[in-house]
Amino acid sequence: MSILVNRDTRVICQGITGKVGEFHTRGCLEYGTKMVGGVTPGKAGESVAGLPVFDTISEAFEKTGANASMIFVPPAFAADAILEAIDAGIQVICAITEGVPVLDMARVYPILKQSKSVLIGPNCPGVITPEECKIGIMPGYIHKKGAVGVMSRSGTLTYEAVWQLTTLGLGQSTCVGLGGDPIVGTSQVDLLAMFEKDPATEAILLIGEIGGTAEEEAAAFAKQHVTKPVAAFIAGRTAPPGKRMGHAGAIISGGKGTAADKIAALEAAGIEVAESPADMGEAVKRAIAKKRR
Amino acid sequence: MKIHEFQAKQILRQAGVAVPRSIVARSSDEAAKAYRDLGGPLAVVKAQIHAGGRGKGALKTNPQQRGVQLVRSAEEAARVAGNLLGQPLVTLQTGPEGQTVRQVLVEEGCDIARELYLGIVVDRASRSPVLIASPSGGMNIEVVAAKTPELIFTEPFHPDSGLQSYQVRKLCKNLNLTGASVRSADKFMRDLCRLFVAHDCSLVEINPLVVTGKGELLALDAKMSFDDNALFRHKELGQLRDVDEEEPTEVRAAAAGLSYVKLDGNIACLVNGAGLAMSTMDLIKLHGGEPANFLDVGGGANVEQVTEAFRILLSDKNVKAVLVNIFGGIMRCTTIATALVEAYTSVGFDVPLVVRLEGTEVAEGRRILKESVANIVSAEGLTDAAKKVVAAAA
Repeated sequence: MSILVNRDTRVICQGITGKVGEFHTRGCLEYGTKMVGGVTPGKAGESVAGLPVFDTISEAFEKTGANASMIFVPPAFAADAILEAIDAGIQVICAITEGVPVLDMARVYPILKQSKSVLIGPNCPGVITPEECKIGIMPGYIHKKGAVGVMSRSGTLTYEAVWQLTTLGLGQSTCVGLGGDPIVGTSQVDLLAMFEKDPATEAILLIGEIGGTAEEEAAAFAKQHVTKPVAAFIAGRTAPPGKRMGHAGAIISGGKGTAADKIAALEAAGIEVAESPADMGEAVKRAIAKKRR
Repeated sequence: MKIHEFQAKQILRQAGVAVPRSIVARSSDEAAKAYRDLGGPLAVVKAQIHAGGRGKGALKTNPQQRGVQLVRSAEEAARVAGNLLGQPLVTLQTGPEGQTVRQVLVEEGCDIARELYLGIVVDRASRSPVLIASPSGGMNIEVVAAKTPELIFTEPFHPDSGLQSYQVRKLCKNLNLTGASVRSADKFMRDLCRLFVAHDCSLVEINPLVVTGKGELLALDAKMSFDDNALFRHKELGQLRDVDEEEPTEVRAAAAGLSYVKLDGNIACLVNGAGLAMSTMDLIKLHGGEPANFLDVGGGANVEQVTEAFRILLSDKNVKAVLVNIFGGIMRCTTIATALVEAYTSVGFDVPLVVRLEGTEVAEGRRILKESVANIVSAEGLTDAAKKVVAAAA
C-alpha cells in the first residue's frame, strides 16, 4: 500500500508535446510509471515517447482509462488545465507548473473541493511511490521502497531528505511535494490524514518552511489524530521578514509564519524537529525510537 | 511588484474609488505650482518611496524634516519639497541608509472626521482574497492585530463574484458607519475589491481610510503591490515599476533568472532550489556563520547563470567565503561541476570557495572539480560543508 499513486495508476501528461513535458514523460516511463498518453490541444493523433496524444482530457480518459495526470502547461494555462482534469474526473492531478497567478488558484480551489479529485501543487516536484509510480520531476533513483511517508513544500530539499532516509536504510511509502505557492491543492493536514490511514506508512517526515500557518495547523492535527511517529524540519530560520525567499509562499508577514512559531507548535505536539537540514533522516529515526519507548 | 502611492492613487481614481486631489512634483517649483493648482489653503507634501512609515520617518541628513508634512502656502510647499527631494528618508522599513526621495506628492487637505483601516490580501487559510477592516485607522495594522485582535474584521470574497453588499453592511456595523457612510462604503469597498482582482494585486492597503465630515469615504493613503506571477497579463503595470527603489543586485539577478535576496552576513551561498537555499542559510547560521544572501539558481544551472551568480555574490564586499550547495537530481553533478569550473575560472575568485555536490554522478562530478581547480574546497555532506565554509570565512 501507499497513498495517492501505486503500480496500477495510469497517468497522462498535460502538455506532453512541450520540451519539458516530453522530457519528464520519458523519465517517468523509464522509472516504470504506467504512462498511457498525453494531451495537447490541437495535436491529437501525434505520438510522443510512443504514447498517443489527445486534444482533450475527456478523450484521453475514455481511450486510455487514465486516473492521474501530470501537468506541465505554461502558467497562463495551468488553472484551465487543472479544471479540465477535474471535469474529466481524474483522481490525482499533479501540477508541476511554477508561476501560476495566485488568484487563478483562488478560482480553482472551491471547484476542486467540491470534486472527488486530489490536486498536488502547483509549483511542486510531484508524487512518487518508490518502485511503483513516479509522477513528476524528482530523480527516481534516490528513493527506496519502505515505510516513511514524506511531505514537503520544496523540491531539492525533499530530495535531500529522501537521500538521507535512503542512506540510513529508511525507505519511503510515498513522497509528496505539496508545492511552494500560497494556495496549493493539498495541505499538510490532508496528507497527515492519508498517511495515518495508510497501513504501509509507519512514520512521517514533514518538511515545512516559513510563510502561512500550514505547519501550525498540521501540528494541531497531528496532536489530535496522528498515532504514528512524526518528524519535521522547517526551512527559513534565518530568513528576514517581508522578503520573498524564492517560493511565492515563503514570506514572513505581520510577524506570522516565522520558523520559530512553527517549530514551537510542532514540538508542542510531540513532533521530533530536526535542527539542521543535515539531520532530517536521523530525526525520523529518533521519532520512531521515541514512539517505541 | 510594489508601486508608489501616487501610482496607486491613479489606479484607484480610474476604478472610481474616492481619493483626494493630488499632483506629483519633482522640484520645488513644481511643488509650489501644485499647491497653487490645488487651491489651498491646506495641502500635504508626501515623500514618495516604496517603504512605509513615511510620516514618522525623517531625513538622514536633516532629522527635523519628516517624510509627510502639512503646508499652508506655495512657499512652504516649495521649501518642504526642496528639503525632501534628493535626500535619503529613513523609516522603520528602509534600514539605516534610507531611501532617496525622487518625487513628492502634493495633496489637498481634507476634512477628517474619523480614520479607519482597509486592506485586501490573499488569505492562505480561506484560500481566497479577503477584505480586512478595522476602526483603528492610521496605525500599524500588525500592532492592532497583535494587541486588539477584536478590532480586526475580515470578509473573504470570491475573485469573480466579488464582495457582496451584505458583507459591506456587516463591516459597517463593526466599523460603526451609518447613514450616508454606508452607501459610500458600499461603492468604495466593492470597487476596491474589484480593482484588487482586475489588476491581480497581492496587496491593497488604505491606511488611513478617512470618513469626511459629510460622511464620505476617502483613501488618504494607498499602498499597492502586484502578484509577480500575473504580470504577464498586465503589460501596462510593467511601466509602473521603479527600479530605483529596488536593491540593484536583486534587479540584476532577476534579469539572469536567479532568485536572490541580499542579507548582511559574510558567507555567500549558491544553491539549487528555494527550500534547499533557505536551509543552507540556516545551516551556515547553525554552525556559527552569517549568510550573506539567499540565492536559488533554479533547476537548470547552466554556465551563464552560474557565472552571473558568482559575479553577483562577489560584488558584495562583505563576502569572505562562498558555499555552493547543489543536489543534482535531473541535473547531473558532472554538468554542474563543469559549469562551476568554467564560471570559477572566468570570474576570478579572491575568496575561498567550498563546494558540496550530491546526487546523480556525484563521484565523477567531484573528480572534475578536484582535477580542474586546486583551490576549490570539496565538502562531503551538509555539516562538513558548513564547517568548512565557516572556518574559511573566519
